[in-house]
Amino acid sequence: MSDKKIVPGPAGYMPEPAVFMGVELPPEGKALLYGEIVDEEQAMREAAKAMLTKSNPTIFPGPQVLWNWKEDVADKAQAILELASEIPNCRIIPMPDYRPKYPKIDPEAEINPNHPNLTILHNRIEACIFVGVHCHYANLSLRMIRAGTNCFTIALCAFMGHEEAMVSLRDVHADDIRRFKDVLVQVRNELGIEWTPKPPPRNPSLPKEEWEALNPLDYGDYMHLIIPRKGEENVTETE
Amino acid sequence: MPEQKVVDTDYLLLEAPREKKFITGAQAMAEAVKRANVDMAIAYPITPQSEVMHLVGDLYAQGYLKDYYRAEEEYGTMSAIAGASRGGVRVFTATSGPGLLRGIEAIASWPGHRIPAVLGVLTRVVNAPLSIQPDNIELAYLLHSGIILLHAENQQDVFDMTLAAFAISEMVDVYIPVAVATEGFFVTHAKGYVNMTPEDMKLPPRDPYKAPVPVTDCEVPPARIQRDAPVQKSNFMSYLIHAVWQQEVWASNMRAMKYIYKYLGGPIEVVNPEAEVFVVASGCAAAQGREAVRYAQQEGLNVGLVKIKSIRPFPAKEVREALKNAKAVIIPEHNIEGWLSKEVKAAIPNSGIVTDGPRVYGGMTLPVELIMEEIYKSLGVKGKQRVVI
Repeated sequence: MSDKKIVPGPAGYMPEPAVFMGVELPPEGKALLYGEIVDEEQAMREAAKAMLTKSNPTIFPGPQVLWNWKEDVADKAQAILELASEIPNCRIIPMPDYRPKYPKIDPEAEINPNHPNLTILHNRIEACIFVGVHCHYANLSLRMIRAGTNCFTIALCAFMGHEEAMVSLRDVHADDIRRFKDVLVQVRNELGIEWTPKPPPRNPSLPKEEWEALNPLDYGDYMHLIIPRKGEENVTETE
Repeated sequence: MPEQKVVDTDYLLLEAPREKKFITGAQAMAEAVKRANVDMAIAYPITPQSEVMHLVGDLYAQGYLKDYYRAEEEYGTMSAIAGASRGGVRVFTATSGPGLLRGIEAIASWPGHRIPAVLGVLTRVVNAPLSIQPDNIELAYLLHSGIILLHAENQQDVFDMTLAAFAISEMVDVYIPVAVATEGFFVTHAKGYVNMTPEDMKLPPRDPYKAPVPVTDCEVPPARIQRDAPVQKSNFMSYLIHAVWQQEVWASNMRAMKYIYKYLGGPIEVVNPEAEVFVVASGCAAAQGREAVRYAQQEGLNVGLVKIKSIRPFPAKEVREALKNAKAVIIPEHNIEGWLSKEVKAAIPNSGIVTDGPRVYGGMTLPVELIMEEIYKSLGVKGKQRVVI
């Protein structure tokens, strides 16, 4: 490979965007590796090597695979779980929300695009996969991670990919994730790493959800959806 | 509801048969909107763009658009455009000169909000003093907004650029607004030949889920930002996210270049690439520059033309390559400030070869003879063409 343009950071206080450095998104059937356009297989192998050899490999699923919002999503989520099972000591930390969270996120429970470095640094993650995150937020997060951490980032994108990641695959759906999983298993065997597939541990920090105990006051601003305001009690017809 | 069949974007823009018509620039822009499967247009009148929005209103009456209304003024128009686009519809509006400036707070926020939209900019003098005549100083105000800016030379360009603008704006790796600019009156109210795609074919509808941001979720930025501006001032968003968000806007702007190559044949056009003296121009001035090059070649002078179609993203690499052997560069413009001249001078290593002008403004026409005088000066010859005053 010629000059590697996009490498694990920290790139510095104000990172130069990959696009400004001349990195272009790959055409269909190709992938990005360190900012260069390469064959998908080559990029997958490098991504697999990173997830197998670096510390605390983590998958960050975003809203587009966390909720069953359309037909093929459940299959994609299942494929991600199968991939995670094949990566030794892999964790899954979701990015459920793009909003700033108050007072502070729990960096072991989630990653937030407003400050992704908090989660990366707290958990000492050196290799991660972004999947199911809207492209705008993936680009922001990947750039901030490259700026402030030494994490190796891999983006599995359903659209055109991400220049800021060290490895970017495009047009990724459930079958492609399974294909990547197969490449990872092959690389794992080549490296002599022994691992019996098992699902990643449950995220220990997520509070157990008890819907029966939900109080109307928990609705916050939306409380008035279920408790009428004074003077609105007898309204039965609305426009 | 007129019968139109949905065809593939690439087919419509690159392969569909074309029929030649003789129409004004305003008609050309409206004809592009007719074929673009636009859902909604929001209008506010200002000469010389009013005719574009009148014609788009006619399209609404004929059933080509689902909704159309006149907003209160341009700030309202541009804000409503953002809201409509965020609601998932394909939108169009147009403005001119002082109207652009009246709406510019909203327009400048569109790229950061990741709003795909097409804005027609039919240029007009910015007061004071007031005039309705053409002058493209207003484009200088758009240069730093993040918006993609295409500059049309003639009626054909207006049609091609407007139709392509809808496709470019909605690409997932772009997803910022595109402005298609041309000179008011000189292009909008003059007729020219336009090869147009069939009117019974239209672009595929906008798919709001094929987007880099969540669809119209008013709880989540960027949609949240329009209803809850203080979320951006949150102490829980690092300053770096503001910075990388701005970078993402400009990265998206740069990513549009490959689509400009694909759908518009590239950001520049070069005539006589081996020339020693080049006229570099955009918009209507490129038409005058083209005529000047023709006169020069008739007189046996080795002069070329670089027409710049894309002002943002600016084709710095392409301009540098085209001018690498140039001994002199002449940049005629329709504004006093010379914004194009500044862009070109920043792009090339030897900006000393650039002549700033000739420039006309306040609505004055740009006689070809003015450009010829600069060509003669650059070549050190006594030429035949003179401006008659």
